[in-house]
Amino acid sequence: MMNILIIIPCFNEQASLPGLISDLGNLKLPEKYNVSVCVVNDCSTDDTRQVAKKLDVILIDLPVNLGIGGAVQSGLKYALLNNYDLAVQMDGDGQHPPAELQKMIACYEETGASLVIGSRFIVKEGFQSSFLRRLGITYFHWLNKFFTGKSIYDSTSGFRLFDKKAIQLGARYYPDDYPEPESLVFFSKAGLAIKETPVVMVHRNGGQSSIRSFTSFYYCVKVTLAMFFSFIRKP
Amino acid sequence: MLRIQIITIIASVAFLFLVFRMVVKGRLREEYSIIWLLFTGILVTFSFWEKGLLLVSNLFGVYLPANLVFTISIFIALVYLLHLSVVASKLQKQNKLLAQEMALMKIEIEKLKEEIKPE
Repeated sequence: MMNILIIIPCFNEQASLPGLISDLGNLKLPEKYNVSVCVVNDCSTDDTRQVAKKLDVILIDLPVNLGIGGAVQSGLKYALLNNYDLAVQMDGDGQHPPAELQKMIACYEETGASLVIGSRFIVKEGFQSSFLRRLGITYFHWLNKFFTGKSIYDSTSGFRLFDKKAIQLGARYYPDDYPEPESLVFFSKAGLAIKETPVVMVHRNGGQSSIRSFTSFYYCVKVTLAMFFSFIRKP
Repeated sequence: MLRIQIITIIASVAFLFLVFRMVVKGRLREEYSIIWLLFTGILVTFSFWEKGLLLVSNLFGVYLPANLVFTISIFIALVYLLHLSVVASKLQKQNKLLAQEMALMKIEIEKLKEEIKPE
């Protein structure tokens, strides 16, 4: 029996959350997997909390806004505390279709990697996002190759599967804002195997991306710096 | 006594008094007050002892004593700002930890409540 915790970090996702949870409930996974869903409410200003309370989920209700990294880490801490075998991070806006989870688990079973990333770019299908964002992702691909020596295409993807080792590490240290590319450097320095598997992502149903054009320059600078410091920091 | 001397003495003594009062009222922690007290003390000293500044300037090889004052005070302000950023980073880290612990504890409390609920 394998216990999987699905971590859904939410900031103002009241509209898309019920649909996502019911999709997850209808999900067919191999017998040996036992799925629990955990919603992390990152101090939303809408009714996300009330909506999540009515659903059949574990609700981690943060008293202050910690940002995506802090929210995901809360979920990882819960997973560690309750001895889950796997944890999956998934966006609350419906960008990551629950059906794609099967591909992630298949990739995990096949490779035994500690971290599986759901990637938009290995096979080009589904929602590919805007030109500027793709440019940024190309830059991060190059940067990741430089810092980790691995070719990871979709380093900003927030659709990820953590095994026990990755849960343990992530619960101890996880960056606060824009955590995805930086955490790859961190995990890869710690010697974890990272694998990427193609998934199809859909256009956002509602809510706002944590990366908006207005702040994208800051995003690039901050992430580049964070990756650099993660690279030279002793694990 | 020069007019500027009188002004600096009044200003620095008033500042010293302000820092004292804030520590007494508990609005400023002692560890942060040390640096303020120290530098106000230096300010007061040099306000009274006008030859002192000239002496120190000569010692450092600075022509104008004013330049020495500016250089040193800007440098100290920068170092102190860095220190404050470190403090803010530490507080943020602790704040995050507390928020997470609290959220996880809320779940435990809910669980316990369910368990002890009378049938």
